[in-house]
Amino acid sequence: MVSVVTNIPWGIILILLPSAAAIACFLWPRIANELGLVTAFTIVLSTTGLGWQIMENGAYHHTVGGWGAPLGIELYADGLSLLMLAASALVGSGISTYSASYFEQEHLERFWPLWLLLQTALNALFLSADIFNLYVTLELMGLAAVALAALTNNSDALSGSMRYLLATLLGSLSYLLGVALLYHSFGTVDISTLAERVDSSPTVWASLGLMTAGLALKTALFPLHFWLPPAHASAPAPVSALLSSLVVKASFYILLRLWINIFAPLGEGVDTLLGLLGATAVIWGSLQALRQTRLKLLVAYSTVAQIGYLFLAFPLAVATNVTAWSATTYLVLSHALAKAAMFLAAGNLLLFSSHDRIADLDRVVQRIPLTMAAFALAGVSIIGLPPSGGFIGKWLLLEAALSQGRWDVAVILLLGSLLAAGYVFKVLGHAFTQAPLPLKPTVIPASMEWSALLLAFAAILLGLLASPILSLVDIGHITGHSEVRP
Amino acid sequence: MSSAFLYTLVGLGLFALGLYALIVHAHLLRKILAINVMGSGVFLVLVALAKRTGEVRPDPVPHAMVITGIVVAISATALALILMLKLTAKTGHARLPDDQRESR
Amino acid sequence: MNWDPLIPVLTVASSLVPGLIIFGLAEERVRLRTALNLIGALIKLALVGWMLWGVYHEHHYETRLALLPDLELVLRVGPLSLLFVTLSGVLWMVTTIYAIGYLENSPHRSRFFGFFSLCVTATVGVALAGNLITFLLFYELLTLVTYPLVVHRGTEEARRAGRTYLIYTIFGGSLLLLGTVWLYSLTGTLEFTPQGFLSDLDAEHRPTLIIIFSLLIAGLGVKAALVPLHGWLPQVMVAPAPVSALLHAVAVVKVGAFGIVRVVYDVFGIDFAIELGVTAPLAWLAATTIIYGSMRALFQDELKRRLAYSTVSQISYIILGVAIAGPIATIGGLVHLVHQGLMKVTLFFCAGNLAETLGIHKVSEMKGVGRRMPWTMAAFTIGALGMIGVPPIAGFISKWYLGLGALQADQDWVIIILVGSSLLNAAYFLPILHAAWFQKPPHSWPEDRDFGHKETAWTLLLPPLLTAAMALVAGLLATLPFSPLEWAKLITEREFYCP
Repeated sequence: MVSVVTNIPWGIILILLPSAAAIACFLWPRIANELGLVTAFTIVLSTTGLGWQIMENGAYHHTVGGWGAPLGIELYADGLSLLMLAASALVGSGISTYSASYFEQEHLERFWPLWLLLQTALNALFLSADIFNLYVTLELMGLAAVALAALTNNSDALSGSMRYLLATLLGSLSYLLGVALLYHSFGTVDISTLAERVDSSPTVWASLGLMTAGLALKTALFPLHFWLPPAHASAPAPVSALLSSLVVKASFYILLRLWINIFAPLGEGVDTLLGLLGATAVIWGSLQALRQTRLKLLVAYSTVAQIGYLFLAFPLAVATNVTAWSATTYLVLSHALAKAAMFLAAGNLLLFSSHDRIADLDRVVQRIPLTMAAFALAGVSIIGLPPSGGFIGKWLLLEAALSQGRWDVAVILLLGSLLAAGYVFKVLGHAFTQAPLPLKPTVIPASMEWSALLLAFAAILLGLLASPILSLVDIGHITGHSEVRP
Repeated sequence: MSSAFLYTLVGLGLFALGLYALIVHAHLLRKILAINVMGSGVFLVLVALAKRTGEVRPDPVPHAMVITGIVVAISATALALILMLKLTAKTGHARLPDDQRESR
Repeated sequence: MNWDPLIPVLTVASSLVPGLIIFGLAEERVRLRTALNLIGALIKLALVGWMLWGVYHEHHYETRLALLPDLELVLRVGPLSLLFVTLSGVLWMVTTIYAIGYLENSPHRSRFFGFFSLCVTATVGVALAGNLITFLLFYELLTLVTYPLVVHRGTEEARRAGRTYLIYTIFGGSLLLLGTVWLYSLTGTLEFTPQGFLSDLDAEHRPTLIIIFSLLIAGLGVKAALVPLHGWLPQVMVAPAPVSALLHAVAVVKVGAFGIVRVVYDVFGIDFAIELGVTAPLAWLAATTIIYGSMRALFQDELKRRLAYSTVSQISYIILGVAIAGPIATIGGLVHLVHQGLMKVTLFFCAGNLAETLGIHKVSEMKGVGRRMPWTMAAFTIGALGMIGVPPIAGFISKWYLGLGALQADQDWVIIILVGSSLLNAAYFLPILHAAWFQKPPHSWPEDRDFGHKETAWTLLLPPLLTAAMALVAGLLATLPFSPLEWAKLITEREFYCP
């Protein structure tokens, strides 16, 4: 029985299944909803299968069509990839459930093929082991994401997604130029081979700069975040959720991989710059979030701030390695879950009140309690209060900072938490009070409330599962002793 | 100076030129063209660098990459154009909202 | 099978589980909700009784759960934690009965009782925490679950009070977090240990340890309402009376004070703390708070605000007892943890009764109220006299031990503080008692709800009478085994000053 599970090529299924489903949904739009939901949950199962496989046999390798590197494409999954796949599957199933009730039929028919395509790209990205394949999947994901952001066709959404498209294309081209330079110098695009061959030279420096800048643009690191708030705030709620929680994380994941395996020993100076930009993002993004009067913009700026935290780890990690990278991984996972929950809850609030002005929320806490519970629990993780995934991430980061005597980082971390508490509770406070203008509420389907709440619960639960999850991260690359391929 | 190096420089030049145009111009069609120019620059670099010193036959892998890259670029351009057309139909001009404010 | 590791978890779960179920109940399921609350409270009391017996006979209960690779969540039952668990368990029971009467027919009761149970859960968690990170976890949880109770009424005023409350507590929480992580990066452990775990550290770390101590005390001082971090407490008075009662007697302020006891005795160790020279400033801070709180209380006309400032002052007796740093003063501080809880909860119950029955919110409206509500005012009188320190009520015992302890530790100045604050207590409580009992009632009360021949609903009357009786008994029978005083002595002998 066990050997059956561990022998199935789960990695292939994770890519083929959603792509086939995307085509099927495009061809038979009438069954798109059912097909999409089944696919979403099959992805969860397949990821579980892959997880089992990895825990039994160690890192996963698959050479597509029997052609290995350098000519063929190799699939690879270690602990880090597995965690990203799992987060994406989990958030994906939540978003799928939500969307099935959220969209009208007309939008549903366009939503499913694009969303399944996006899931294909995400899974393929997390399973890629070479930097060119990462480019292709990144671009595929970007295009699907832009199309999704433009789904509603109103002028805000169109201009938001146009800006998003230009930014994402610029980012990928910059990344691709870096790939070209690296390939020229070392004759390979395979990450682990690159890790062995890489040395300090002007070409490597140039590619480090180009790739880091391109990916930072796609991840919306301050001051390259200009495209994020309009695109994320104008998209439909489930799309905002998947953009904020998964799509920016995918480009960050590539950055993380490159730095852990290739750039960390060379990047002195750049890591300080990234840390500095991250710190500015935390403060500036949080202050902007605090200033907003519209809920969805508040949540979008909160994403800008939370992305800043991910970059705070770079200067710490280059110095000591393990703790800070684990902290980043944890923050990525918990933000993915919490931010998805928060955007879905915001979507419910918007639908319920037909507006998203924070000050005019009308006693929502007793009228849609599940949604507000989701918002509050997600907020707890975003602020970094215990017990939640966000708390563990911040604890690890704070520990790394203090053990290196980096007071500046510690202060930024705490200040960021205080500001985050400010904007989360700004919303929660108004949820209790009565609005000056009463309005006719819309009924929210239970599946939309529960999908937000369950994702928020998962973000909280992450705070209690730190031991097993952190030991998963150790499978394969991340601990620094880059694993030798069989 | 080898011809490969020259082509690489031209490619980098195109990349920089495209970047400049992307930032300077407000009209979306120009922005989309700028992105395409940048893309061509990157492809040129890839092709040029495929001929590495001391080898008779050029390395085929970058060629494969360029072909893949072109396919990606075409789809991206198509998406960008349709978005631009829809935006023009809605708002009456092919510009991003805050660029509009600047040029007024 | 060995049940011991399960006992602490069950103690926490006995209020957590009913709380979570209550959230899901429809508003009109009054009976089921009441039953769940009371069954939870009874189970908790039974467990407390079981543990009291066990701990008395040197039995230990401990649960560990991995949180991070080298950090565990620890729940441990010892004499000190049990003192606090017992207080929370007993007062939860009483306050729940009171809240059922108080909130009769008011909206959103499921939400209220749900968070109420979670609030007790967090307090019990704080009490049982066996290391600093577990403490921190429940400490922050308490902040979160009390917020909905503070803004429960949903008015603009409540929202603003909630905001003030959060600004203070979240800020305090971050200081505590910073101090905790710093300590951890220095020592690699956070386990509460008798005599502390820091005295072996190199002498070069001493300045750092003083800063860490200040961070931890500042973080805890917010909840304990140490001056100048007390600003939130009077504002939070907008919350419903049972919430105020719980906040002032067990949940929030007590948790801060309890944390300070933990930090001084089980993290730093009292001898090491004296060596570092941090106890004297803490004692001065506590003394300042005692006098300042009493002075402010003197000028409040609103009854609940006067009681709130009185809390500011009274909580610092506990901290003073700890900071005087001698066994007898420590007994005084610890026993006040219980005594203040019993007396203050009585006073808030009575204030709630006056407001609910007669619409009285101000001291100036209380003339002659003793004739209209004799039982309520009798309970109030016991609480107030206890606060002043009149024998044989519990408050006297606390002050007596604090005074003796100060003399024993050669800190005679404390006597002046004690006398001064007792005079101030008398100055702000005696006029109320005089007005209530000896002045003529007005022709009509601000509003008058009729309860037939009774002065008010029995659910509102029973709790203050119970707690007043407990305050009296705790003073009268202080020398019996299992009295708060004897238990405080046991803690001091076994945990703090063991040979």
